[in-house]
Amino acid sequence: MSEKLVDIQNEKLSFFTPAGEVKALNDVSLYIRPGEVLGIVGESGSGKSVTAYSLMGLTAHPGRLTGGDIYFNGHHINKMTEKEMRRIRGNEVSIIFQDPMTSLNPVYTIGNQIREGILLHTKRSEKQANERACELLRLVGINEPEKRMKQYPHELSGGMRQRVMIAIALACEPKLLIADEPTTALDVTIQAQILELMMSLKEKLDMSIIIITHDLGVVAGMCDRIAVMYAGKVVECGTTDEIFYQPSHEYTKGLLRSIPNLYEKDHKKLVPIQGLPVDLLDLPEGCPFATRCPNCMKVCMKHMPEYTDLSDNHYSACWLLDKEKFMKKQRGALT
Amino acid sequence: MLRYVVKRVLLAAITIFLVATITFFLMRMVPGGPFIAEKSISEQAQAALNAKFGLDKPVWVQYKNYMTGALHGDFSLSLKQRGRTVSEIIASKFPISAKLGGLSVLIALAIGIPFGSIAALNRGKWLDQLIMVIATCGIAFPSFVICTVGMYLFGVRLKWLPTFGLTSPLHYILPIFSLAFYPMAYITRLMRSSMLDVLDQDYMRTARSKGLSRSRSLFKHALRNAVLPVVTYVGPMLAYTLTGSFVVEKIFVIPGLGGQFVSSIMTRDYTVIMGTTIFLATLLILMNVVVDIIYKMIDPRIQLK
Ligand SMILES: Nc1ncnc2c1ncn2[C@@H]1O[C@H](COP(=O)(O)OP(=O)(O)OP(=O)(O)O)[C@@H](O)[C@H]1O
Ligand code: SF4
Ligand SMILES: [Mg+2]
Repeated sequence: MSEKLVDIQNEKLSFFTPAGEVKALNDVSLYIRPGEVLGIVGESGSGKSVTAYSLMGLTAHPGRLTGGDIYFNGHHINKMTEKEMRRIRGNEVSIIFQDPMTSLNPVYTIGNQIREGILLHTKRSEKQANERACELLRLVGINEPEKRMKQYPHELSGGMRQRVMIAIALACEPKLLIADEPTTALDVTIQAQILELMMSLKEKLDMSIIIITHDLGVVAGMCDRIAVMYAGKVVECGTTDEIFYQPSHEYTKGLLRSIPNLYEKDHKKLVPIQGLPVDLLDLPEGCPFATRCPNCMKVCMKHMPEYTDLSDNHYSACWLLDKEKFMKKQRGALT
Repeated sequence: MLRYVVKRVLLAAITIFLVATITFFLMRMVPGGPFIAEKSISEQAQAALNAKFGLDKPVWVQYKNYMTGALHGDFSLSLKQRGRTVSEIIASKFPISAKLGGLSVLIALAIGIPFGSIAALNRGKWLDQLIMVIATCGIAFPSFVICTVGMYLFGVRLKWLPTFGLTSPLHYILPIFSLAFYPMAYITRLMRSSMLDVLDQDYMRTARSKGLSRSRSLFKHALRNAVLPVVTYVGPMLAYTLTGSFVVEKIFVIPGLGGQFVSSIMTRDYTVIMGTTIFLATLLILMNVVVDIIYKMIDPRIQLK
């Protein structure tokens, strides 16, 4: 196995709110290899963003890591001070957010906001930083960069602003780009353009990408691997093909049944997943998906399923898989 | 931009005209007159005085005469201060009030903005609660209470500060702080809530994700956005504060415009009432323009139109 750019091991993270401890992440384990695109999917509140922010040391108050380790590019993230983290942020790892309308500061020019990170992390002069900013704008497909540099965010369209956000993120050629639902707020046609841009930049700059989404269909084409999150846990992780054609976790299967399939002619009926997400303030003992799972068994309510390796890349946490293995083993013993 | 200027000037003219007209007739509806209260004056003398100032003519003629004069920059003589024009009176009293008011607004800003921000950054902690308790007091206590308490404490009890007049820099301290207290409290609260709002904005997260330190992102990205509501508030507030506070001027015996205005109402000094009102209205309109321009400078999204 090649070396890992990101290695998150058993990350536990809680928000200590007045209402109690919100267990946002419960044992998240993930890794990303250099140059790889990892998709993280899961419904709202499953902990996708929290995982990404913690990787950048940007966990919002009152959140705190309560266990596990995060390694990135040779850094032991959860052992680093804020000052050390600042040198990495925007430099080795960058992030773009969901809403480009609100992610840029309305009172500063585009140029000012792109320059900022360059001046912070490199020894460039103001003038060199300006040149670099223009170069970045050209790189993300914005024409007339000199003119755009002097404009304010409100003078640009949504798609254009997301390109600017990408330019800001790429200012220092990061090893990892995190995209937190980068296209959710955009028109469908713009969505495709932005995703395409990200892919071409990945090739050019040789970086890894984490793309967060709750829409499996949108990112399927661009991900090498997909991690499916549920209630602050990676319930299944595998290559894109494995997730789409051999989904093994009941939640993943439900997720696939609930998205429209654009490639097949026979429009199967879409089946939304029934029930409500679990209460993170009061997590069940066993499988977090138990209350909504059509195949829930007694053991699921009592014990947390452990990961079963299905291939080199593919693992999943569901008792059904263990049971099958168990049955196979039993059958093998009889014959 | 040209459209903005034209529109503003037109609006200003209409506003000032309306304010002057309404004040003129309201003033006349109040019973009494400038020369009635003076017992020593005989009937004939009263009639002569009225004739001299044209007060014997029908009200609408008086109105027409006054407005024509005002239009030519002539705001008439004071009815009660012999031989002084209204313009002279305002010119002599306004600088005193303006100096006090201007300084107090500066202090209110210098204290309100940082303290409001500090409260926001410490949301829910004891520091936030302490600042908010003080700010709430500043809003709840009427200014005469603040004046008297300050006067008693620092003037009478501790004897640190003089309590009346404006003869030395020390004399300014009590009146300025009495004037500053309310706007300071108000700005603190305003700043706190707008700062809380800004801190939650996505662009603050972007700033931090670039690797900016907390303080850099605060000073560069948060402050400029958070201060906008304060600018809106300070404009009109400045107009009122510059023209003086009756209460503060009375308590600290300061010969300012605020005191002058109230006493002119008491004595029915019609021309002074009119002049001061028009002056205040003009100042208010001017301040609103200044606010517009500053707002535009801070926030490029604003279109002056
Ligand atoms: N600042 C916070 N205070 C308290 N709880 C929080 C905070 N931020 C996140 N959480 C909790 O963490 C959980 C995971 O949030 P997260 O933002 O990672 O979800 P997500 O998977 O990104 O969902 P979405 O698709 O809506 O973005 C949420 O259920 C929420 O309750
Ligand atoms: S462990 Fe049980 S409840 Fe959880 S997904 Fe598998 S079958 Fe369903
Ligand atoms: Mg999210």
